[in-house]
Amino acid sequence: MTQPRAIDELISSWGDASRVRAFLNGHTFPLVEDSHVTFVWMGPAEAVNVRHWVYGLESSTTLTRAPNTDLWHLTLEIPANSRVEYKFEVHRDGRGEWLEDPLNPNRARDPFGANSVLQSAGYVSPEWTQPDPVTRPGVIERVRVPSKAFGQRAVQVYLPARYRKTRRYPLLVVHDGTDYLNYTGMKTVLDNLIHRLEIPEMVVAFSDSPDRLREYAADEGHAAYLTNDLLPHMTAKFPLIDEPRARCLVGASFGAVASFSTACRHPGVWGRLLLQSGSFAFTDIGRRNRRGPLFDRIVEFVNAYREKPQAVSQRVFVSCGVYESLIYENRSLVPLLDSTGMQVRFVEARDGHNWQNWRDRLREGLSWLFPGPLMFVYE
Amino acid sequence: MSDSTPSSTIVLLGAQRFEPTLAAAVHESGVKEKIALVTAGWQEREDEDDELSRDLAGRTINLNLYKRGELLFREDREFARAHKERQNVLRALQDVYRLRLDHALEAEREVRESKQPEGIREEVEQACIDAIRDLDAWHLYQCAKVRAEFNEQWKPLQRPAIARHRGDLIEALADCGAVAIAGGHVAVLVNRLLLFGLETLIGARTVFAWSAGAMAMSQRVVLFHDDPPQGRGASEVLDAGLGLVPNLVVFPEPERRLKLDDLPHVHLLARRYSPSRCIAFPARSSVVIQNGRVVRSNGVVNLTHPGASLPQ
Repeated sequence: MTQPRAIDELISSWGDASRVRAFLNGHTFPLVEDSHVTFVWMGPAEAVNVRHWVYGLESSTTLTRAPNTDLWHLTLEIPANSRVEYKFEVHRDGRGEWLEDPLNPNRARDPFGANSVLQSAGYVSPEWTQPDPVTRPGVIERVRVPSKAFGQRAVQVYLPARYRKTRRYPLLVVHDGTDYLNYTGMKTVLDNLIHRLEIPEMVVAFSDSPDRLREYAADEGHAAYLTNDLLPHMTAKFPLIDEPRARCLVGASFGAVASFSTACRHPGVWGRLLLQSGSFAFTDIGRRNRRGPLFDRIVEFVNAYREKPQAVSQRVFVSCGVYESLIYENRSLVPLLDSTGMQVRFVEARDGHNWQNWRDRLREGLSWLFPGPLMFVYE
Repeated sequence: MSDSTPSSTIVLLGAQRFEPTLAAAVHESGVKEKIALVTAGWQEREDEDDELSRDLAGRTINLNLYKRGELLFREDREFARAHKERQNVLRALQDVYRLRLDHALEAEREVRESKQPEGIREEVEQACIDAIRDLDAWHLYQCAKVRAEFNEQWKPLQRPAIARHRGDLIEALADCGAVAIAGGHVAVLVNRLLLFGLETLIGARTVFAWSAGAMAMSQRVVLFHDDPPQGRGASEVLDAGLGLVPNLVVFPEPERRLKLDDLPHVHLLARRYSPSRCIAFPARSSVVIQNGRVVRSNGVVNLTHPGASLPQ
């Protein structure tokens, strides 16, 4: 394997402003050379660490300062096709500050702000995630949902382009709906995949919870809200295919738990599940998982399912990043799901617990759960 | 205008949505009368033909074959039930054909990419392609058998409701000098065209057809996509088309459906469907066929294999 060379060139250029400028203009950062990735920080500091969320690596790794410079660098081996979100922890004047990488324009936004994104060799941001001028756009409207479980709730409803009341559509219900819209660009993804005939036209309810850590943690009230309140309301208001095969629950992290536990509490109602990086914590001994009390009810639910797995849906798509700790829980869940006779597809990605990972798996998941009329429609 | 003589001129066009060429093709053909539209492939959106009609200066009459089909199924329930059952049988046939085809295509690919000595590999590869061709032929035969048995038992064109719709169609076509058949869902389109026996009503009128419409004109309808989101890209035979364009397999929208730079794949398509000519229709392309022979083509891509000559 070739050793990284680019950083040596930058170090040797130090002190010559024009050479440094030329180097910066001629490279993208972090420096990617085959499987070697070099993080670079330039500026006065007492110490610089790279902070990331890759399970299996030290979460904080210190950069080395090149002698007699303000140039800090760290080279790691990162496999091809990886995405890694990170920040620099820069210590100055006795205090540490987490900063995005000023040399790297790639950002991933999430509800907590933004991270810099390392894209290792081979990773390409999928073109179907970007707006396409030839795609006919759908619309999003706000719908109020009367709920016995929660009083009044509202969802954002996606209607596909050329929506017609005389047609019948499948229904997707997406947990953390606003985040899926904002951080995966799911409206654009739906527009593109529908336009390309890779999935059928569908109605999508983007649902949010004011208390997701409670409601999404295998909560009975939430399952009742989705199944007994939201579903009938949507079925009455929109022309939906009123069959389990045309109903799907989608969620990531706790949202995946909410999806799966709802299907378990109402078996046979939701025929499709898309579970991304599910927080399916369990124990083999004792009742308390290392993840803490927030997970107690999830542990109880997953332990019960592990004790007595049963088919609750028809098709289940499970995805998880190999750089997140939940890969263990998800890998453990898949054989159980398989054993019940449900159709299961499990996809791993060299990515972490983040929205771009979940975005990048949407095409594969949705088109497997809902194959589009690609082979039949020639416009 | 006669309603029984076979159509003499058929113009197949590239996809029309972004680069419409229909109006120019109609102008070039010299058709002055009204134009009958078939937009049944658009299903519930059949009547959203404003743009098409505008392009043709409003000289259009939509034959509403999709809507007629829905109406017919409500009018003649007994026939509708039988028709639905037949469609279920055809779908099941397609499923089992696809199962067998997947294995046959995989075998061909593995042999083609194997490191066996060239002489052996070529011979086995030909045997693999022959097996695929046999499967295609078997599927077409099964579909034809199901259709023939259905027609024999139900004699659709003699049923009063269908005869009444055909009467309406003859009347609508009387003022038309051409028929324009748009794309959309190819199975639905072929289904509706055959349901009302439109091929027997077109007569000597010029036919303009594109995308699924062009596929429906051929002897066999071939479904294809080289880059689907699931699995390896493949093509499969759906069923017979109207057979107005003999010995030609139509591949619309190659820009987004075909990997034309994958030569082994292109060669396979050409050999698989030989002796029919495989033609891809990019936007703005066209082929004019008179009495079953290609007399003019513009911008199309012929899918061939080494040593092949282009049949007419």
